[in-house]
Amino acid sequence: MAHIPPKKHTPLILSVEGVEKSFDGFKAINDLNFYLEEGELRTVIGPNGAGKSTFMDLITARTKPDAGKIKFHLDNGEDVDLTRVREHDVSQLGIGRKFQNPTVYSSHTVYDNLKLSLAGERGIFHSLFYREKPADRDKIYSVLETIRLVDNAEDLAGALSHGQKQWLEIGMLLAQDPKIMLVDEPAAGMSDEETERTGELLLSLAGKHSLIVIEHDMEFVRQIASRVTVLHQGHVLKEGSFDFVKSDPQVIEVYLGRQTRKH
Amino acid sequence: MKLFDNKIEFGGYLSACVVLLLILPAMNAFFPEGSSMHFSSFQLSLWGKYITYAVMAMSLNLLWGYTGLLCLCQSLFFALGAYAFGMYLMLHVGVDSVYNTALPDFMDFQGYTALPWYWAPFENGAFAIAATLLVPGVLAFVFGFLAFRSRIKGVYFSILTQALTYAASLFFFKNNLDLFGNNFILFGGNNGLTDFKEIFGYDVNAASTQRWIFVMSAILMLVVYLVISWLLRTKFGKVQQAIRDSENRVRFSGYSTTTYKMLIFVGTSMVAGIAGAFYVPQVGGINANEMSPAKSLDVVVWVALGGRGTKFGPIIGAIVVNIIKSFTTRMYPDYWLIILGAIFMLVVLFMPNGLVGLPKQLAPVWARIRGNSSTSAIAAS
Repeated sequence: MAHIPPKKHTPLILSVEGVEKSFDGFKAINDLNFYLEEGELRTVIGPNGAGKSTFMDLITARTKPDAGKIKFHLDNGEDVDLTRVREHDVSQLGIGRKFQNPTVYSSHTVYDNLKLSLAGERGIFHSLFYREKPADRDKIYSVLETIRLVDNAEDLAGALSHGQKQWLEIGMLLAQDPKIMLVDEPAAGMSDEETERTGELLLSLAGKHSLIVIEHDMEFVRQIASRVTVLHQGHVLKEGSFDFVKSDPQVIEVYLGRQTRKH
Repeated sequence: MKLFDNKIEFGGYLSACVVLLLILPAMNAFFPEGSSMHFSSFQLSLWGKYITYAVMAMSLNLLWGYTGLLCLCQSLFFALGAYAFGMYLMLHVGVDSVYNTALPDFMDFQGYTALPWYWAPFENGAFAIAATLLVPGVLAFVFGFLAFRSRIKGVYFSILTQALTYAASLFFFKNNLDLFGNNFILFGGNNGLTDFKEIFGYDVNAASTQRWIFVMSAILMLVVYLVISWLLRTKFGKVQQAIRDSENRVRFSGYSTTTYKMLIFVGTSMVAGIAGAFYVPQVGGINANEMSPAKSLDVVVWVALGGRGTKFGPIIGAIVVNIIKSFTTRMYPDYWLIILGAIFMLVVLFMPNGLVGLPKQLAPVWARIRGNSSTSAIAAS
């Protein structure tokens, strides 16, 4: 099974091959193979404990795998081995991550939140003597427009609603000009209207960025998903269109089945 | 770049400059003792001590209030700076009458006839001043490197720094150390360093010398205030506060939070060290008590009482608590710690933003009282 990459329609941007990771004897990730194309919007679903968060931790170099390869394919044809990169360097390579709980800098304004996230130097001397350039301001306002928070630019991030914080954090990723965006449960705790707007936002980003979205809300997954990967026990169980995955008996058994039974 | 938030802050800063640099020293110098305008040398040294404490509190506030690192070894850095400069003063006491040597008394007493190698360079004033910065700085660098690299944070960081302070105070309480069969004399043990005579050729106890040291302490505080004001407005200062709010997000935005925390930790340790150097000549001594764990908690109380995460709070806190301390230790010596503890609990429970945050906190209450009285006035008419 599966050490064969999928057919190449568009170039790959990320490939995860044969990855294993155990915590105290528990196999969180088990022979995981995963390929992401450039500009793709991929949704990853799976029951609790399927290894979704560990999967993200591995891609962002937060945890190192016990075995296997994680390769980030750059435009110039070079490959970066993400298992050998330091955590704070991952974002400089062009991988941004949104956490499950909205994590914004609550005592800074929305504007400053984005300013700190802008792509660029991260060193101490740079930050001591940094002066804002007009181009920075334009970039921040274009992000503010994308995430529809222009009117809140000078508000403290801590005072935003839950949904607005989620968008701000997505905006903070955008400010970094990431090639890959990892988005963990963006719709959790949102109202129906906010969920829909979040879906529109993510769809508008696909193409310019490659996105991996982890989500539980099946209505939301239906709205955004072109291709769905189902994780189960640290392994890819099924991969395909939303309708294909939804009607698969195995998937229904491990994941959707439980959900429908619950309701 | 703008350094002050508003006109009130700018006005307050200017008034502090005038009072500390001109009025108080002038009242001490030009009015005779007994005149109602006279500010006694005793009071001046006392306020000089408060000012050095305020600088230590400001340095802790930069770590705790603005970066979220509750450090319990700020008093250790302060004491190390104080010891480094105290060693210089100790080596300039001249030939004493009892033992007829130029060595510090505690060395004579233990039968030493020559300065140990690790004491000798402190005879040089420039070396001692450099050491007040470098000794705390190097310790903070090594400790910070180990702690931050292993991602030690929150309460674990506090406990470790507390342990470091405790270990250091035990070391400084000792008179000498037996190591590999060699006997090393340390830093005066229980009594520490005291009975200073000369500072850079001047009589350290003369009123004019003390006045100059006071003025320089005040300048130190005013400069540190400006540097902190500047820092908080830079992107660096914003990253620092972002680390307090969400370190993970900062790291995923590509900042090496370890490097940022290291620089802040080392920088604040040096500020505390230089404050300690100004403390020594004004108080007239330093002993290991000044780096005991309880002292490091005192600083935390000052910052919390004045207002953590505010620029002005730590200064207010350090001065107010120490005035209360001077008063209560004189009037009710047995109850000082109980009073301090009670103050701390009151602040934590009822004043989350400290004294500085009190006007803002009381504003709605005040508005309600005024609102009620105006409505009742209308009702009465």
